[in-house]
Amino acid sequence: MKQLRSFIKKEFFHIFRDARTMLILFGIPIAQLLIFGTVIKSEIKDVHVAIYDQSKDETTQQITNKILSSGYFILDKNLESTNGIEDIFRKGKVREVIVFGNDFGQKLIKEGNANVQLIADASDPNMARLVVSYTTGIINDYVKKMYPNLQMPLQIQPEVRMYFNEEMKSAYMFVPGVMALILMLISAMMTSISITREKELGTMEILLVSPLKPVQIIVGKVLPYLLLSIANAFIIVLIGHFVFGVPITGSFILLMLETILFIMMALCLGILISTAVKTQMTAMFISMIGLMLPTIILSGFIYPIENMPVVLQVVSHIMPARYFVTIIRAIMLKGVGILYVWKETLILIGMTLFFIAVSVKKFKIRLE
Amino acid sequence: MEKIITVKDMVKKFGNFVANDHLTFDVYKGEIFGFLGANGAGKTTAIRILCGLSSPTSGEMNVAGFDVYREIEKIKKNIGYMSQKFSLYEDLTVAENIRFYAGIYGISPKKRKEKMAELLKKLEMESAKNKLIAGLPLGWKQKLAFSVAIFHEPKIVFLDEPTGGVDPVTRRKFWDLIYEAANNGITVFVTTHYMDEAEYCDRVSIMEAGKIEALDTPAKLKERYNAKNMDEVFIQIAR
Repeated sequence: MKQLRSFIKKEFFHIFRDARTMLILFGIPIAQLLIFGTVIKSEIKDVHVAIYDQSKDETTQQITNKILSSGYFILDKNLESTNGIEDIFRKGKVREVIVFGNDFGQKLIKEGNANVQLIADASDPNMARLVVSYTTGIINDYVKKMYPNLQMPLQIQPEVRMYFNEEMKSAYMFVPGVMALILMLISAMMTSISITREKELGTMEILLVSPLKPVQIIVGKVLPYLLLSIANAFIIVLIGHFVFGVPITGSFILLMLETILFIMMALCLGILISTAVKTQMTAMFISMIGLMLPTIILSGFIYPIENMPVVLQVVSHIMPARYFVTIIRAIMLKGVGILYVWKETLILIGMTLFFIAVSVKKFKIRLE
Repeated sequence: MEKIITVKDMVKKFGNFVANDHLTFDVYKGEIFGFLGANGAGKTTAIRILCGLSSPTSGEMNVAGFDVYREIEKIKKNIGYMSQKFSLYEDLTVAENIRFYAGIYGISPKKRKEKMAELLKKLEMESAKNKLIAGLPLGWKQKLAFSVAIFHEPKIVFLDEPTGGVDPVTRRKFWDLIYEAANNGITVFVTTHYMDEAEYCDRVSIMEAGKIEALDTPAKLKERYNAKNMDEVFIQIAR
C-alpha cells in the first residue's frame, strides 16, 4: 500500500508539473464546452416568420405585435391558408410559421385553452429549437400578464411541429457529447501517453525490476486520471446545467455512476493502447485519430446517427461513446432510471471487461 | 568463495534466433563481474533474464539464492538495476526521485531521511536537493541514478551499459562509485563495450554470437591471448 502511495504521488507530480497536461486536463474541457455551448446558444435576431392568423381578433393582434416588436422576429408575410408552408420553408428565408386557431381570444377566456401552432424549419435543429422556445416564451408571457387573475390553468400550449427533423434529435446533445469526448480524451489518451512515456524514458524497466507488482503499476497509473476525470465530469455537468441550462431530470447519482463506468472503460482502452505501442507519439496519434474523431463523428454527438449511411450506422455500434451519449441524454433530459438504460450500461461494462482482459494478456510483465 | 549468481545452460530463443546459447557461469559475492560483448552478442538479453524482465527458454538460474522461474518477487527485492537511460524522472526533483524509489522499495521514512542526507552529502549534491533532474549535468544524473539503484542496499546491482555516451573523466569518477559499492559488499554485474572499463573488473566474460567465449580475470585473459590490453583480447575473440 505504501509502495502504491509513493507511486501515485509521483504520478500527480508528473501531471501538475506539466503545463501541457494541465491544459489538456482542465483548459480544453472548459474551452470546448464553452465553444460548443455558445455556438448552440447563439442569440436569435431578426428571424423571418410568417403568420397565419385564423381568428384576427384583439388577442392575436396583440400577441403578433408583441412578437414582432421583440426584436427577435421580422414579419415576412401574412398567410391566408396552410397551403404552401413547406414551399415557404424551402425558399429558406422564413424560419417559422405561426398559426393561430379560430376564435383564439374567446376560447382562451372561456375554455382557458387556445390553439396556436408553431411550425419551424428544423433543417437547422438548434435554430428551430431556439425560435420555437422564444416564440413560446413571448406568448406565455403575454397571457400571464393579460389574465393574471384567472384561476384556470391558463397556458397556451403551442403545438410545435418540426419540419425536416421531426424529433429534434440533436438538441441538448452537446453536453453529453462534449462529456463523452473529453472523458475519452483525458482517460484514454493521457493514460496511454503516461505509460508509453515510462517506456520511452526507460523508467518502465526500473519499475518492472522493482518489487512493484504489475497491477500496482497499472492502478498507480490509472487512479490519478480516474480522480481527475471524475472531477472533470463534475465540472462539465455543472457548467452544462448552470451556464447552458441543460436539465438534470434524472438521478444525479446514477448519472455519476454511469460516468465513472465510461471513464473506467476509457482508462482500460488507454492501457490497451499503451500495451500495443512503444512511443508517446504513436499513443497520441492513435488516441487522436482512432478515438477522438470517431467519437465526435460517430457517436451521434454532432451528426445524428439516424441520418448516416447504413455502413457508418453499423460502425457506430462499436463506439463506446455512442452508448454513453444515449445513457447520459436519457438520464439528463428524459429523467429515466437504470431500467431504461440497462442495455447500454451492460454494453459498456462488457467493453470495459473486454479491454481489461486483452490488456492483462498483453501487458508484458516480463518486457519481451 | 560464495556464489551469488549461478547460471547453468541458460538458453533464450526469439523464434529461430538464439540470443543466449547455453550460457554457464557463476558470479561470486562482492566481485565486479564484467559482461562484455559486441552489440547484439546477447548481453542485454542475459541481464534482463537475470533481473526478471524477460523469461528464459530453458536452463537453471539462481540469483541471490532464489530461483529465476519461481521466486522472481524475492529476487526483485534483492537486486538493483540501472540502464544506460539513467532512469530518473526529469520532472521530479532530486529529493522526490529518491523518495519515490525509497517508497517503491518499502524503505521507512525515518531510514530514508537518514540515508538521503548521507547520500547527498557524499555526492556533494546538497544544494541540488530541490532542483529538477532536467537541469542537472549528465555526470550528476549518472551518479544519482546509480546511488538510487543501490539505495535499498541490494545484494546485487545490475548495470546495463551505465556509462554509455559519457566522457572518460566522468566515466572514471563513476567507477569510483562502483568500487565503493563493491567494497560495501554489493556484487556488481556490469555490461559495457568500453574495453578500458573491462580492466577495472575483477573478472570478465566475453560474449560472441550468443555464447561465452572467454571468462577470467583481465590479467589471465591478456596472458592467454598474448595481448597488451583488453582491447586486443576482445578483437581476437570477436574476430
